[in-house]
Amino acid sequence: MAETEIARRKWRTGFGVVVATLLATIFSLVFPERPVRAADQPGAECLACHGDKSTTTTRAGKTVSLYVDGKKFATSIHASFGCTGCHADLEGKDFPHPTPARVQCGTCHTTEQEQYARSLHGKASARGDALAPRCVNCHGNHDIYPVKDSRSAVAPLKVPFVCGQCHQEGTPVSRNRTIAQDNILENYSESIHGEALLKKGLAVAPNCATCHTPHLILPHTDPASSINRRNIAATCTKCHSQIETVHRKIIRGELWEKQASVLPACPDCHQPHKIRNVFYSQGMANADCMRCHADEKLRRARDGQSMYVSVGEVSHSRHNKIACSQCHSEVNASHVRPCETITKGVDCTSCHDEIGRQYVTSIHGQLSGKNDPNAPTCKECHGTHAVLGKQDPQSSTFAMNVPGLCARCHREGQKAAVRYTGLQHEIIANYTESIHGTLLKNGLTVTATCTSCHTAHQILPRTDPASSVNANNVPDTCGRCHHGIEEQFENSIHAKRVSGYSKPLPVCNDCHTAHAIHRTDESSFRLNVMATCGRCHEKIAETYFDTYHGKVSKLGYTKAAKCYDCHGSHDVLAVTDPRSHLSRANVATTCGKCHAGATRRFAGYLTHATHHDPRKYPFLFYTFWGMTTLLLVTFVVGGVHTLLWLPRAFQMRQELRAEEEKAAAELGKPVDKEKPNA
Amino acid sequence: MPRDEVLENPPASSTPKIKVVERQFVRFTRLQRILHICMIVSFLSLATTGLTLKFSYTKWASVLSHLLGGFENAGYIHRSAAVVMFGVFVTHLVDLYKLKKREHTSWLSLILGPGSMMPNQADLADLVATLKWFVGLGKRPAYGRWTYWEKFDYFAVFWGIAVIGSTGLTLWFPVFFTRFIPGSFLNVATIIHSDEALLATGFIFTVHFFNTHLRPEKFPMDITVFTGRMPLEELKRDKPREYEALVASGQLEEHMEEAYPPIVTRTIRAFAWAALAVGFSIVLWIIYAVLFAYR
Repeated sequence: MAETEIARRKWRTGFGVVVATLLATIFSLVFPERPVRAADQPGAECLACHGDKSTTTTRAGKTVSLYVDGKKFATSIHASFGCTGCHADLEGKDFPHPTPARVQCGTCHTTEQEQYARSLHGKASARGDALAPRCVNCHGNHDIYPVKDSRSAVAPLKVPFVCGQCHQEGTPVSRNRTIAQDNILENYSESIHGEALLKKGLAVAPNCATCHTPHLILPHTDPASSINRRNIAATCTKCHSQIETVHRKIIRGELWEKQASVLPACPDCHQPHKIRNVFYSQGMANADCMRCHADEKLRRARDGQSMYVSVGEVSHSRHNKIACSQCHSEVNASHVRPCETITKGVDCTSCHDEIGRQYVTSIHGQLSGKNDPNAPTCKECHGTHAVLGKQDPQSSTFAMNVPGLCARCHREGQKAAVRYTGLQHEIIANYTESIHGTLLKNGLTVTATCTSCHTAHQILPRTDPASSVNANNVPDTCGRCHHGIEEQFENSIHAKRVSGYSKPLPVCNDCHTAHAIHRTDESSFRLNVMATCGRCHEKIAETYFDTYHGKVSKLGYTKAAKCYDCHGSHDVLAVTDPRSHLSRANVATTCGKCHAGATRRFAGYLTHATHHDPRKYPFLFYTFWGMTTLLLVTFVVGGVHTLLWLPRAFQMRQELRAEEEKAAAELGKPVDKEKPNA
Repeated sequence: MPRDEVLENPPASSTPKIKVVERQFVRFTRLQRILHICMIVSFLSLATTGLTLKFSYTKWASVLSHLLGGFENAGYIHRSAAVVMFGVFVTHLVDLYKLKKREHTSWLSLILGPGSMMPNQADLADLVATLKWFVGLGKRPAYGRWTYWEKFDYFAVFWGIAVIGSTGLTLWFPVFFTRFIPGSFLNVATIIHSDEALLATGFIFTVHFFNTHLRPEKFPMDITVFTGRMPLEELKRDKPREYEALVASGQLEEHMEEAYPPIVTRTIRAFAWAALAVGFSIVLWIIYAVLFAYR
C-alpha cells in the first residue's frame, strides 16, 4: 500500500516534471525571444518591462522609477481598460515607445474634470503652480479603487491624510501659500468630526471633501464656494438638517439659509476645523459681548489697553449690521468668556478678500508682513468699531480727509517720512499748496487726493514696475482724470510710441512735479518751465536765454513766450513734423498768438540764436565780434588818452591852487571861484 | 534873466553891503542846456532799463527790474526815454537849422564855419600838440571854442543815436519791419543795439565824465553845461584861442551874463551828483557783469 502510494507519487512528480518541461519547450518554441508571462494579467505586455522594479528613466536629471505594480493594477477599477485605456497615445506602439503624454482622466470623468478646472487647485495647476495637486496626487495612478473601497486613496477615512499631505504645518503649501486657517489637520483630528472619523472609524462623519467638495474646492470668499458665507449653512445642513431647531435662541431658523450673510454663519461660532462636541450654553449675540465690553473701565490685563466698545460708535458705523463675532471670529461660545479663545486680531480680508490681496502686495502690506511696527494695517486708516464708508464725510477715508490721514505718517518728521529715502519731501505741505490740494480744501471731492494717484490699497514705491506712480504708469494714472491731456501726450514726441526713444522720456510729474503741482498759468510754473525743459534740452534752453524771450523771462516777465507757448505743451512734436506748432505751415500762427500780424518772415527770428557759434550763426558771430572790436578800440583809445592826461591835469590843479592862494593872500580873504557871492 | 533878480533882495539880517555879482562867460544857450539835461535823464533811463535786459543773467538785473516795477514797466520807461531822446535829437537838428538861417548862408558855411562841431585841421594840430604836452614835449595847446575831444563826444552821440535809435525802432516794431527785412535781422539788430549801447554807456560814464566834468583841475565838478556859464578866468585858461578871438573882435562883452545864485548852482550840483552816481553805478555793474558774470 505504502509502496504503491510512493510509486504513484513518484510517477506524479515525474509526470509533472515532464509536462512542465514539455510546456516550457512549447512556449519557448512559440515565443522564442520573450519571457514567460501570465496570460490573464492585464497589460502583461507592458509589465514585461514596467513590472521590473529596476526599470527607471531620467527626467530633468532625476532618476524616476517606471515600476508598475502589476498585481495592484490587476485589482484596480481600471484593470479592464488595460494600459492603453489611459495611456491611449501608446496604443499599437512598439518598444521602444516614446514618453507617454499626461493621462487625461477627464476623458471619462468629464464632470469631475470640469469641476476641478474651476476649482482653486485646477486654476493653480493651469497657472503652472508646481504645488497644485492633479488627479494622481489624491487618487493615485495604477491603484485606483472605488471611493467606498477601503483600499482607495480617497476612502473617507483616508481623505484627511490625503489633504493633509499639503494642508498641515510645515509643508511647502502651508509655508508658501496664503491660507487663512492654520493647523488644519491637527484641528480637524481633534474636532468632533475628526474624532468620529479617525478615532471611531465612523465613515459617514464629514471629512474634508464633505464640506469643501471633492473637486470644486474654492476659497470661502468665492460666492460659488461651498464654504462661502452664503452657502456654508446649506453645506452644514446637508448633515445637520434640523439644526435650526437648536439655534432658536439666537436666530430664527428660516432666515439662516435665506440670508446667511446677515446672520452669523456656522463658522462664526463653530470654528472651522475646530468644531467641538460641547453644548453651547451661551449665545453669541452682540448683547452677550457688550455685557463686559460696555464697561468703559474694562482693560486688558496684559497691557492695560482699554477694551471698551462704544455701542453708539458701532451702531453708526458701516458695520452696524455685522455681529461682533463675525469680525472677532475666533470666539468660542462654549466658553464662559467666548473671547478667551481669540488668538489673532481681526482679519478684515475674510470679507474684504480682494482688497486684502491688494494690500499684501502693497508696500504697507509688505512691511506688515515683515512685522514692521511702522506698517499700517487696515485699522490704522479705517479705524475699528467706528469704521465708515469713504462716502461719509465723517470717515477718515472721505476724500477731504485722506491727505490728513496719510499725513499722520507721511508728514515731514513722522515715521514714514523719516524712513523714506527718495526725492520727495514736504509731501503733505506741497500737496496742500498744490492745485489738487487747494481744490480739495474748497470741497471739490473729485479732485486728486493721495489715493487717487497712489491707489488706496496697492500703494507701491515708484521704482516698482507695478506701481501706479511708476514712470511707465504715470500717464495712465493722471489720465484717469486728465483723459484729454493723456490722449494728446500719447501722440506727442514725449511718448515712447511716437519717438521710439529708448532713454527715459518725461512723464507728467517730470514737468508738473509730483505733489507741488501748480496751475500752469501761475508765474512760478511759467518762469520755471525753461529749467524744467532744460533738464533734458540743455543746449536749447541755454540759447533761449540769449534772446529776448529768455532774457525778459529771466527778469521775471511771465508774458514772454516760454517753451510750451511755441512748442506746445502736451502735444509737443518735432519741429520737422507737419503737425508741430512750429512747422512751416503753423509757425506764423504760433508767433501770431502774441505778435499780432506775424508773418512767415517775422517767424524767421532766431529764437534760440547765440552769437557764440560761428558755424551755426556766422553773421551773428561776426556782428558780435565786430561790435566788440569797435568797443575795445574805442575804450582803449579813450582810456589811454585819459590816462596820459591825468598827470598833466594834476599838475594844472596844483598850479591853479597856488594861483588861488596867491590871489587870496593879496585880497586877504579866501576865494572860491566856483561859488560867486559866497 | 528873471532868475537873476532873486539876488536883488538880500537877506534882511545881513548888514547892507554892495552886492558884487560876478559876470560870467556864456558858453551854452538855454536850449542847449535843456537838451543836455533831457539827454541825461533819457540816457540814464535807457541805460538802466536796457542793461537790465542785457545783463538779465545777473541778480542785480532782476532786482533792478523789480524796482522799476517789473520788466514790463521797465520796457515802458525804456521806450518813453527813447522818445525823449529822439525829441532831443530832432530839436537839436531844428536848432541847427535855425542857426543856419540866422547866421549862415548855407549848410556848408555852418559846417565849416568857426563855431562848427566839425573836426578840422586845427583839431588835428591840437591833437598832436596835446599828445606832445601829455608826454612833456610841449606846452598845453591853446584850444579854441570846441576841443577835439568835445567834437568826438558830439559825433559819438550823433552816431550812437542813429545806430541805437534805428535798431531800437526795428526791435520796437518787429512785425512791421519784418515786412522789409528777414526775421533773423532782428537777431543782428539785437546785437548791434545792445553792444552799441554798452559802448555808449561805458564811454559816457568814464571817458566823457572825466574829460569834461571830473578832470582833477575841475574836480569835483564842472557845471558849465548846466549853468551855461563859465568864469572868464576859466575861459582864458581853457579856451585861450576863443578868448583872444572874442577880445580881438570886441564881442566878449556880448557873451557875458551874471552868474547864477548859489541856490541854483547847489540844485544843479545835486542833480549832477545824482546823475554821476547813477552813471558810476552802471559802470561798476557793467564791469561786474562783463568780467565776472559773463556768459
